[in-house]
Amino acid sequence: MSYAIEMRHIRKEFPGIVANDDITLQVEEGEIHALFGENGAGKSTLMNVLFGLYQPDKGEIYVHGEKAVINDPNDATRLGIGMVHQHFMLIDKFTVAENIILGREPKKHGMLDMAKAVKIVKELSEKYGLDVDPNQKIEDITVGMQQRVEILKTLYRGSDILIFDEPTAVLTPIEIQELIAIMKRLVKEGKSIILITHKLKEIFECCDRCTVIRRGKNIDSMAISETNPTDLASMMVGRKVHVQINDAPYEPKEKVLEVSHLSVLDQRKVSVVNDLNLTVHGGEILGIAGVDGNGQTELIEAIAGLRKVKDGSIKVDGQDLTNQRTRKIIEAGLGYIPEDRQKHGLVLDFSVGENMVLQTYYKKPYAQSGFLKNKVITKKAKQLIQEFDVRTPSEKTLARSLSGGNQQKVIVAREVDRSPKLLIAAQPTRGLDIGAIEFIHGKLIEEKKKGKAVLLISFELDEILHLSDRIAVIYEGRIIDIVNPKETNENELGLLMAGRRKGGAEA
Amino acid sequence: MGDGPSNEKGAQIMSLFEVLTIIVPSTLLTAAPLIFTSLGGVFTERSGVVNIGLEGLMGVGAFTAAVSTLGLEHAGLGDASPWIAILFAAIAGGIFALIHAVVSITFRADQTVSGVALNFLAAGLTIFLVKMIYEGKGQTPYITHNIDKINIPLLSKIPVIGPIFFQQVTYTSYLAIFVSILVWYIIFKTPFGLRLRSVGEHPAAADTLGINVIRMRYIGVVLSGVFGGIGGAVYLVTITSNYNVSTIAGQGFLALAALVFGKWHPIGAMGASLFFGFAQALSITSQQIPYLDRLPSVIMLTAPYVLTLIVLTGFVGRAEAPKADGVPYIKGQR
Repeated sequence: MSYAIEMRHIRKEFPGIVANDDITLQVEEGEIHALFGENGAGKSTLMNVLFGLYQPDKGEIYVHGEKAVINDPNDATRLGIGMVHQHFMLIDKFTVAENIILGREPKKHGMLDMAKAVKIVKELSEKYGLDVDPNQKIEDITVGMQQRVEILKTLYRGSDILIFDEPTAVLTPIEIQELIAIMKRLVKEGKSIILITHKLKEIFECCDRCTVIRRGKNIDSMAISETNPTDLASMMVGRKVHVQINDAPYEPKEKVLEVSHLSVLDQRKVSVVNDLNLTVHGGEILGIAGVDGNGQTELIEAIAGLRKVKDGSIKVDGQDLTNQRTRKIIEAGLGYIPEDRQKHGLVLDFSVGENMVLQTYYKKPYAQSGFLKNKVITKKAKQLIQEFDVRTPSEKTLARSLSGGNQQKVIVAREVDRSPKLLIAAQPTRGLDIGAIEFIHGKLIEEKKKGKAVLLISFELDEILHLSDRIAVIYEGRIIDIVNPKETNENELGLLMAGRRKGGAEA
Repeated sequence: MGDGPSNEKGAQIMSLFEVLTIIVPSTLLTAAPLIFTSLGGVFTERSGVVNIGLEGLMGVGAFTAAVSTLGLEHAGLGDASPWIAILFAAIAGGIFALIHAVVSITFRADQTVSGVALNFLAAGLTIFLVKMIYEGKGQTPYITHNIDKINIPLLSKIPVIGPIFFQQVTYTSYLAIFVSILVWYIIFKTPFGLRLRSVGEHPAAADTLGINVIRMRYIGVVLSGVFGGIGGAVYLVTITSNYNVSTIAGQGFLALAALVFGKWHPIGAMGASLFFGFAQALSITSQQIPYLDRLPSVIMLTAPYVLTLIVLTGFVGRAEAPKADGVPYIKGQR
C-alpha cells in the first residue's frame, strides 16, 4: 500500500544550522498524523519543504506513491497538498469568498463571478460542516472562523492532503473542540491530515499516528494507541519531563494586592470590569479563570496603569496606586508578564540585553549621569541568560529572532529578577512547548515560595488547576466565585465560567 | 419688503447661474489631468508600491505631448495630433515608471527615495531634451492644435444643465470621468483587480495562492506611469500648450493628495480631483466672480494648496491605505 505522503531522508540546511537531518515521514491515506516536536525542532521547515516553500538539500518526496518534485506552492497545490498556515494568510479587507477564490477566480465573460463564488463557498462549507458567511469581511469574523476560511481555501483547490501548522495556538478551548471535530470529519471524507503540534492533549484526542522529531532529527514514529503522554513528552524533550505542580504548602501572608469596587472601560467606552473586588496575598498563586473577553485584559491593564480606572481603587502593599503612572506602579513592586509578549512585553528590534533592562535602565548601576553603562548591562544580561536558560546566540541578538519560548523567558527573567511583591502573569505559556512551560511554571511556583503574590490569568484550565492556590472565576467583569482547586474540576469551572453559580442559578 | 428685494433676489439667481457656467467648465478642465494621474496612483498603491514620482511622470507626459504634437502637426496630422500625442505620452510615462519599478520592486529600495529621484530625473531630463531639440531654448514652441473647449452638440442645448456642464468644455474631462468608472470596474470587478489588491494588502497570502507578486506590482507601477503620462499630456494639450520647467508645478502632488483624500478608491480619487480642480478653478476665475474678485489674488492662487492641507488633516478621517503599501515584498519573511 502506498502512503499519501512519504518524505524520505530529507535534509535541509540553513547557514549555521541543520534544520532537518535525515527525516523520514510516512503519512497513510485517510489518517490524522501528528508531527510532534518542540518549537525549533524542525517541524515547520519540513512542512515548508513539502509545501514547496523550501527546496530540500537531500531526500525525496512521494505523493500517493509517485515521486514528486515540488518547486513552489503551485506545484504542491497541483499535487493536492494544502496548508493551513499558523499565521493566517488572509486579507482582512476582503470577504470570505474573495479570500477563498483568490488566484483561481470563477469568471463570467472575463469578469469576476462573485455570485458563483459565493455559491461554491456555501456548498463547500455545507459539505464539510465549516460554518462561514461568504459575504462577511475577514476583519469582522472570529479567529475560529478565519481558520475555517483557511481550511476552505485548501478544499476549494481540491486538496486531499491537508497540513495544519499549529492550528490550536490561537484558538479558545471551545474552538479547539470544534476544530478537532472538523478534522475528524475531513478524514471521514477521505482527506489525509498532517497536524503539526507540540500539545500532547490534541494528539491523544484526534490523531491516529505520530512522528516525533527533536533538534532536526527523526526520533520515532508510532501508533497513538501504542504510546502514552509521558513517553511521548520525554521523547520530544529528550529527557524526563516533570510536570510542575504547586505542592508547596498554602500559607497566605499579608494582603499584597487589594482591588476594590473596580470599574474599567474598554476602547469602545463599554464598561467591561464592573465593581470588581479581588485580594491576592503574599505566598499564594491566585488563578483567574474565565472565557476570553470577560474583562481579564482590562483588569490587569488597569492594575499595571496601562488603562484608566473609572471607579474603585487598587492598592499594592497598602499603597494606593489607582491611576498612577506605570513607572510608579512598577517601582512600588509590580512585575508584569503581559498577554502579548511581542506587542507589550518586548521591543522586538532591541537586543536581548536591552530588553532585560527595560524597567531599570535609568537607575544605577545601569546608568550614571545620563549615560548607559553598557558593560554593566551586558554583565547583567549574561547572568540572566544563564540563570533563566534563554537559548540565544548572545545578549546582542535581537529579541525578534528568538523563538517564542525564549522570548518569554527574557520577559520572565526581567520581571522575576526585580523580585516584585506582586507578579502578574497573563497567559504566560501561550504557544510554548513543554520544556518552556515546565520552566515558567517552576518559576511562578518559586516566586510563591518566596512569599510573593502571583496573579495568574490563563485560558488553559489545566494551567489554572495545576498552579493555583485559589481560583477566582471572572464573568462579565465580576468575580462571581472563588473556589479551591482541590475541591473543583473542569466541569464545575466550565459552568462557572459560563456564568452559572453553584446550584445552577444564573449569575 | 417690497418690490425692490424680490427683484434683487431674481438678479442673484441669475448671477449664481452665471457663476456656475464659469466655474463648472473650468473645474472640469483643471480636474481632468488630476483625475488621470490620481487613477495612476490608485493602480500603483493598490498593488503596494508608493509612487510619489507622479509629479515627474506628469512632466514626462507633458514633455512628450508637447514634442510629439509639434512633430505630428508638422507632419500634417492636424487636429488628430494632440490625441495621438496623448497616446505617445502614455507610452513614455509607462516606460519612465519602469525605473521606479525596477528600483523599488526588484531591488527593494526605499520607495519614497526612488519616487523623489524620479521627480528630479524627470525635471532635469525633459528640460535637457528641450534644449537639445530646440537649439538651446528653455521651452518648447507653442502647439497650434490644442484640444479646444467646445460646446457639445445636443447636450449643450439642454436648458440650465447644458450651459453649466456641456458648454466650453473639452472631451478629455468626460473621458477622465468615464475612465474613472472603468478603473473602478477593473479594480473591483475583475480577477485582475482582485489580484492587484491582494498583493497590496497581503503579498505573502497572494504568493501562497500562486499569484506572482512581483509581476502584479510591476503592472501596477507601469500603469501609474501610463496614467501619469496621460495626465501630464492632457494638462499640456488642454491648458498650457507648451512645455517648460514650470509647466508641471505641483500637479502630481495634488493628484497624490487626491488619491489619499479619495481613500485609494478610483471614484473617490475622481471626486477629490474634482474638488481640487474646483479650488484651482476658483483661483483662475475669481476675477470674474462677484465678491471673490475683491480678494487679493495671492489668496486665490494659494487656495488649492491650503484647501488640500485642510482637507487632508481635517476631513479625511482615518485614511486606510492598502496594508502592504510601501513595503517591499521578500519571499519567506513573516
